[in-house]
Amino acid sequence: MIEVSHLTKYYGDFAAVENLTFKLVPGEILGFLGPNGAGKSTTMKMLTGFLRPSSGDVRIWGSDIGKDSLSAQRHIGYLPEGAPAYEEMTPIGFLEFIADARGLSGVERTNRLDETINVMSLQDVLGQRIETLSKGFKRRVGLAQAILHDPDVLILDEPTDGLDPNQKHQVREMIKGLSRDKIVVVSTHILEEVTAVCNRAIVLAKGKIVSDGTPQSLMEMSPHHGAVTLQSSSTSLTEIAEAAGLITGVAETLVTEAGVTIVTSEADTTLFSKVLELSQSKGWKVDSLSVESGRLDDVFRSLTEGEVR
Amino acid sequence: MSFTVIMKRELHGYFATPIAYVFIAIFLVLSGVFTFYLGNFYERQQADLIPFFSFHPWLYLFLIPAISMRLWSEDRKSGTLELLMTLPLSRSDIVIGKFLAAWVFAGIALALTFPIWITVNYLGDPDNGVIVASYLGSWMMAGGFLAIGSCMSAITKSQVIAFVLCGFVSLLFVMAGYPLVLDLVRGWLPQTLIDMVASLSFLTHFNAVSRGVFSLQDFLYFISIIVVWLGATSIVLDMKKGA
Repeated sequence: MIEVSHLTKYYGDFAAVENLTFKLVPGEILGFLGPNGAGKSTTMKMLTGFLRPSSGDVRIWGSDIGKDSLSAQRHIGYLPEGAPAYEEMTPIGFLEFIADARGLSGVERTNRLDETINVMSLQDVLGQRIETLSKGFKRRVGLAQAILHDPDVLILDEPTDGLDPNQKHQVREMIKGLSRDKIVVVSTHILEEVTAVCNRAIVLAKGKIVSDGTPQSLMEMSPHHGAVTLQSSSTSLTEIAEAAGLITGVAETLVTEAGVTIVTSEADTTLFSKVLELSQSKGWKVDSLSVESGRLDDVFRSLTEGEVR
Repeated sequence: MSFTVIMKRELHGYFATPIAYVFIAIFLVLSGVFTFYLGNFYERQQADLIPFFSFHPWLYLFLIPAISMRLWSEDRKSGTLELLMTLPLSRSDIVIGKFLAAWVFAGIALALTFPIWITVNYLGDPDNGVIVASYLGSWMMAGGFLAIGSCMSAITKSQVIAFVLCGFVSLLFVMAGYPLVLDLVRGWLPQTLIDMVASLSFLTHFNAVSRGVFSLQDFLYFISIIVVWLGATSIVLDMKKGA
């Protein structure tokens, strides 16, 4: 369990993080969202005990990260931003060092090393210097040191940054594959990542929480949530837009290359059948008809920029 | 005993890069140059290593900062400091581990000057007890320089600044018993404090050592220099954490 209360960090007069309060229980995978400079990394540095907060406190499984940092840090696996590692070492040398520093020994040490190397598919590069590895492998070495001691809490600062789509997919699968009794905190500015791996999302802007809920609830905040998009190649789209605009509850219709998007002012689950009925009665030749779940980037922008104005 | 984990990794780090070999080579060449050309090792016609040891403070003055500058600056710059400080290791384990690795490394470089010891034994009949005491004293002094350098390196992520700061502060300590430093404080400090400053001099303590008079007092002096500066390193790291 992680309890964060009134966490605040000032750099001089500048509030990097202001009054964060939240609680995480095992099984939660939290996505920290926010534009660059919103305070994501600063928050993570305080959660792991690298930075001391200006005020407020963090408790990891009951241990205060400031006062009882060693027992709190034993619960944590941490991937700092940019996945730093000792570049002159080999992955195996580096992981053995982390194992020793974490106090692993004997059979447990061997087993954990084997398993981690397996999960991160590092077998082929074990003897190569880290500085010669590709960005993807470096990131995997960083993730490997974080999960090596099978921690209860995994804190990952932009774990998929700079990875190619396949590697991103692998990392996400790895995070999702962690057992249910763990807490994972992932920071990202990639929105799809939140819907792909997280079951909770906190949006930060200017150091403050502007939204805290499920990725689903975040999507529902989009004006496009529940909107219906209709594509037709043989019927005039403007004609469709005009007719659809007359459906009760419709706020606006947008004509784009993707077709006509029909947006209601309030979420309306019957919109799809209404549009379907209309198209049948008008005899439109419909190529596709779909319901939008919401546009996360719109929500993200309105949440984080709204704070600026 | 967690400091041994850090120490092992750091020592390995020295030898995994060219740093160790370059440093040792330069150290050996320079100590030779100093001993034979500036120290007139042969011309003196005496079977001792005073010309060798008496140049060590000056040799260390610019070679030790080259080791110590990377102690913390490099980790801070590359981000590995964040990794290190979030491992379940106490601050003192990390500080001591890093220092000991650098000190052992300096010890290895010093030990590799053994041909000069063989040479002097071949040419004459020196007092080997004195030589051993001098080696030990020189190594203790290297520890003092390294501890100062550790603190300076903790201040900044720039290795160049760490090098210059360490050189400067070390110079103050080397020269503390001489007019260069004493003239600065004379006039506005009471005599007891001036005497205290003078007693902090590396040179004063080491001059005795290089003649083989390694007293408990000198030993304790270098130990306390190391302890105080490592304590200061820890405080600087703590301040940076709250910055």
